[in-house]
Amino acid sequence: MTGSDQPPRPNRPVYLDNQATTRCDPRVLSAMLPWFTEHYGNPHSVEHVMGTEAEAAVEDARGHVAALIGADAKELVFTSGATESNNIAIKGAARHALRTGNERRRIITVATEHKCVLESVADLAGEGFEPVFLPVRADGLLEPDVLRAALAVPTLLVSIMAVNNEIGVVQDIPALAAMGKQAGALFHTDIAQAVGKIPLDLTGWKVDLASISGHKVYGPKGVGALYVRRRPRVRLAPLFSGGGQERGLRSGTLPAPLIVGLGEACRLASSEMAEEAKRLTALRDRLLDRMRDRISGIQVNGSEQARIPGNLNLTFPAATAADLMARVPDLCVSTGSACSSATIEPSYVLRAIGLTDEAAARTLRIGMGRFTSAADVDYAVAALAAAHAGAPVADIERLAQA
Amino acid sequence: MRTAMYLDANATEPLRPEARAAVLAAMEATGNPSSVHAAGRRARRILEDSREALAARFGGRPGDLVFTSGGTEADALAIRGLGAGRRLIVGATEHDAVRAAADGADVLPVDARGVADLTALAALLDGGPPALVCLMLANNETGTIQPVAEAAALCRRHGALLHVDAVQAAGRVATSLAALGPHSLAVSSHKLGGPMGAGALLLAPEVSTVAPLIAGGGQERGRRGGTPPLPAIAGFAAAAVAAGEVADLAPLRDAIEAVATACGAIMCGGDAPRLANTTCLALPGVRADAQVIALDLDGIAVSAGAACSSGKVTASHVLAAMGLGALAGQAIRVSLPWNATTAHVAAFARTYPRMAERLRQALAPRAA
Repeated sequence: MTGSDQPPRPNRPVYLDNQATTRCDPRVLSAMLPWFTEHYGNPHSVEHVMGTEAEAAVEDARGHVAALIGADAKELVFTSGATESNNIAIKGAARHALRTGNERRRIITVATEHKCVLESVADLAGEGFEPVFLPVRADGLLEPDVLRAALAVPTLLVSIMAVNNEIGVVQDIPALAAMGKQAGALFHTDIAQAVGKIPLDLTGWKVDLASISGHKVYGPKGVGALYVRRRPRVRLAPLFSGGGQERGLRSGTLPAPLIVGLGEACRLASSEMAEEAKRLTALRDRLLDRMRDRISGIQVNGSEQARIPGNLNLTFPAATAADLMARVPDLCVSTGSACSSATIEPSYVLRAIGLTDEAAARTLRIGMGRFTSAADVDYAVAALAAAHAGAPVADIERLAQA
Repeated sequence: MRTAMYLDANATEPLRPEARAAVLAAMEATGNPSSVHAAGRRARRILEDSREALAARFGGRPGDLVFTSGGTEADALAIRGLGAGRRLIVGATEHDAVRAAADGADVLPVDARGVADLTALAALLDGGPPALVCLMLANNETGTIQPVAEAAALCRRHGALLHVDAVQAAGRVATSLAALGPHSLAVSSHKLGGPMGAGALLLAPEVSTVAPLIAGGGQERGRRGGTPPLPAIAGFAAAAVAAGEVADLAPLRDAIEAVATACGAIMCGGDAPRLANTTCLALPGVRADAQVIALDLDGIAVSAGAACSSGKVTASHVLAAMGLGALAGQAIRVSLPWNATTAHVAAFARTYPRMAERLRQALAPRAA
């Protein structure tokens, strides 16, 4: 089993939590650095050369982001991250509709969305809207007929994530967006976990709004974007106002260095995504095959077909996730989404696909990424298998290296 | 790419070397600070160390500091969070981040120096419903420092809350929530030599549970969702600590003013207590944007007001509130960065008189 292709040493610690955040690519960091230091102008200071330089860099970045997701640069608004983008998209669409006399009040989303989408939709109940949370199938995917039935009531907005952050499943956004359109609803999709991992064509898919994160795509933390369709134009109320930047949709100084980083991250993803997907698929298959060889009864959560290359969500037969993580401290994996990691609540995503709380407590999310090697994967399998078999903590590292 | 002599620090300060080092170190820490594994804990430690440093620097408790994407968001969070159900009163010279968030507010007038009229504030507060007052510590266009401590005492006597936009003051003059006494203080990283993309709202203990503007994963104790921008925050903290130790820029600022006034410029708000790095210089009869463009062509970067509204040719609401009339459209802001030297003054002294003379000549036929 241990082939000759196995490199001798894995990275330390072994980081397999690439759905929580990714390492900022060194090439991204290099692209950002000059904008931190010598070219530090405020991109809104268009009256002098230091400002216009920064502005031009921001606009270049906008083009790179747009190219990766199949959008026009003019359709992108920069934000502080996907959480803010999701808040602007959902609350902004709803509040604009309210102000302009639109009578539709229904907002449809899915039970397995990111917390910030669920909270944004739930918050709107207090403003007179009707939130609807649709269930998903056992494979994590939304049954199209369930959406169709929910759309029987005139609906203002549908928000469905492209890729789930815990179980990695890929929803059929083109089909779901078409259904939303047909019913006259706006369609928003959180693509934070999809950007750079699967091909996206927002224009072709007739999506109205989409949320993007920098740090999930090997860019920096603190920057994201919101895609706002132009033809026909989607109108939103801003979350907060001020200097009127980003056409009034998002006030505040644009963080030029972070935006340059997001742009470079997207440019790299555009050129490397296809190759990387192949490599990550092979790594994931390697991890799963070896894990199944070592631990009988291990179970994959979420569709094995409609899933991004780097993600696995595994329920172990005989050990809790907390125990496994404690026994292999130099392996970075997670029990669910990072934002709720600190809580001991079972994952609502796993509940929604039918896991018992007891099974959810035996479940780990494993996220491979651009900097994951075969050695990392092999170490993870060996260490988790040893821990699962009850090996003494002191022996696990030695066993894993053997 | 032309290099410019940068005199537009109030738009953004150059990154301090301490901040650069902290940004780079934090970039190496891959983890999400909310993750419980080793990488996450390392990130969490950077986040909490930064929070402690900033809270200590600005006179508050770490648990009362909410990280945001910047000053604008911090202002909006304070006004939305503290202002709910309250009457809003905002200073006439506040930044647009405050003015836009306080739509329909009563305006607190300023005198000719740009200083808020506290007698008027007392009159506004007398007998009215509970209010939230917004008064900036230092103005972004003129550098005027407001009597925030007195305003805070007045507000507390009247059961009103006070929010202070300290974006331009932080790192330049003493800025302490505890010492000044307001209920909240907004600060921005890139205005004190940290990276863009981070800011904070520091809350007084009695109002520390504000409702979030951005809902999400429960970060920042439920007061601000979203993965915190760790490198920007680490750089922010490092810059704030370093900003306590800068040379006084007043002599350089005074030299610049001497050059300009010798050419006929008028100092706006020059008599008020103000920031040592900022001066607002009106050249009678000459449009501000023409001055800024001419100086830019000569390699000097200044502005005609707030950076966010740059490009829009409107008279400054700040100078208009000070009663400067037509001069409000004829003033430029010169703001020295933390690393300014006599070379900045020399460059200004070479270019400003030339600009003033040329533009006045261009105007002369029409003026005659």
